[in-house]
Amino acid sequence: MSTRDETFAKVTDLIEPFNKKGIPLTDAVRFAQDLEWDSLTVMDFVAAVEDDFDIIITMNMQAEIETIGQLVDAVETLKAAA
Amino acid sequence: MTDAGTLREDRPLDMLEHASAPDLLAKFDPLIAERQALLDTGVRDPFAIVMEKVLSPTEAIIGGKPTILLGTYNYMGMTFDADVIAAGKTALDEYGAGTTGSRVLNGTYQGHRECEEALKDFYGMDHAIVFSTGYQANLGMISTLAGKGDYIILDADSHASIYDGCWLGNAEIVRFRHNSVDDLDKRLGRLPKDAGKLVVLEGVYSMLGDIAPLKEMVAVAKKHGAMILCDEAHSMGFFGDHGRGVAEQEAVLDDIDFVVGTFSKSVGTVGGFCVSNHPKFEVLRLVCRPYVFTASLPPSVVATAATSIRKLMHAGEKRERLWKNSRRLHQGLRDLGFTLGTKSAESAIIAVILSDQTQAVGMWQALLELGLYVNMARPPATPAGTYLLRCSLCAEHRDEQVGQIMEMFAQAGRAVGCIG
Ligand SMILES: Cc1ncc(COP(=O)(O)O)c(C=O)c1O
Repeated sequence: MSTRDETFAKVTDLIEPFNKKGIPLTDAVRFAQDLEWDSLTVMDFVAAVEDDFDIIITMNMQAEIETIGQLVDAVETLKAAA
Repeated sequence: MTDAGTLREDRPLDMLEHASAPDLLAKFDPLIAERQALLDTGVRDPFAIVMEKVLSPTEAIIGGKPTILLGTYNYMGMTFDADVIAAGKTALDEYGAGTTGSRVLNGTYQGHRECEEALKDFYGMDHAIVFSTGYQANLGMISTLAGKGDYIILDADSHASIYDGCWLGNAEIVRFRHNSVDDLDKRLGRLPKDAGKLVVLEGVYSMLGDIAPLKEMVAVAKKHGAMILCDEAHSMGFFGDHGRGVAEQEAVLDDIDFVVGTFSKSVGTVGGFCVSNHPKFEVLRLVCRPYVFTASLPPSVVATAATSIRKLMHAGEKRERLWKNSRRLHQGLRDLGFTLGTKSAESAIIAVILSDQTQAVGMWQALLELGLYVNMARPPATPAGTYLLRCSLCAEHRDEQVGQIMEMFAQAGRAVGCIG
């Protein structure tokens, strides 16, 4: 498995508890529109991702992230920089 | 189809020709519909209350009826203080109704200086700067202190003015879980060592009325070399030996680089401020946009504020009454079986947590009909999506009023079915 695949697997694991509608998770799935997350769910989820990968996803960065794929790419970049 | 999206028949034709251009207010349709559905159930609009007369810090006429006020931030009851009112009247006579200008141009009068002197004396600090509101104080301080490449680290439950201050500037914004020292520590530890860092905290969080573990948070912030700004909006006047806030009570005031506050709560008028011992503080007057590009407070307002602040330095008796009232009501509501935001009375704010909007509005209206005004708060202003009735006490609530308040809560709670 490539590191991106591993990151994708980890991120989707963290999404599952909040995936109330049981949507199949792919790179294209959007947090707000498809998963229908509100800002509080986003807050909890982002904190979980940050702690899992030992990174910081600033709110400025979060504002640019709409899909699972974008988040996985951001995590990859942040891990490389850490 | 709902009528929100349809055109009325009597609109002129040229309006129809432009019908394809998007209506910028259309994005609020879900909120309009939600509100309408609520109002259609026959309740009064909780966000459209008018105080027809204000009788005292604790009583007003609402809908023609005398009503006890339990939803103001008039903690110390200074709004009708005789000295405060006299100072305002004198300033109105001597300096006029307004300054018509910015603090940095023609808008600094003797009274603005005296108000800043009163703040320096109150906090025992070297510098004080007065803004037109507390909201603008946070906008100005946060956006100016933290620039491009710097980091702002804020509590997730921060007041809207703190969030807006972040978005007004160019810094990187990092949130930590509400009041979690460990979460703050972890996040600070992940930031670049040499980057500028501003940790933003509040003494009292106004939705649930809980206080911050400032001692631990300040220690963690200092360990990581961050500067600290603490908003003491809801603690001024009755926390700490001199009423300087939660930071004074926790004996960490010396380690707070910037204290932000407001005149719209304990001080009893309107305005905002920041006090600090930073030697370069005065430069902010030139670079802080929400200070420069707005008119200064009217002379009567700064005169009332200065008088009130000086009186709050010696308000031991009021302080005691406020704490006594807060503890008594907290205990009383708990005994009645209400779910409250904190286990004990941590501040003068008591949040009654309700299950949903219908229950919250029902309870709010039942109280109003009995003659009690409280604040209703709903998401997104509230943490964790909760519906709250927010009660805030005043030093001037009389014992018998606190007794009446508890009776009204008992009656309304049983009628609405949120207590047994
Ligand atoms: C924590 C906090 N900061 C700032 C403000 C803003 O104060 P002002 O009413 O002076 O704009 C408030 C008031 O709502 C507040 O609760």
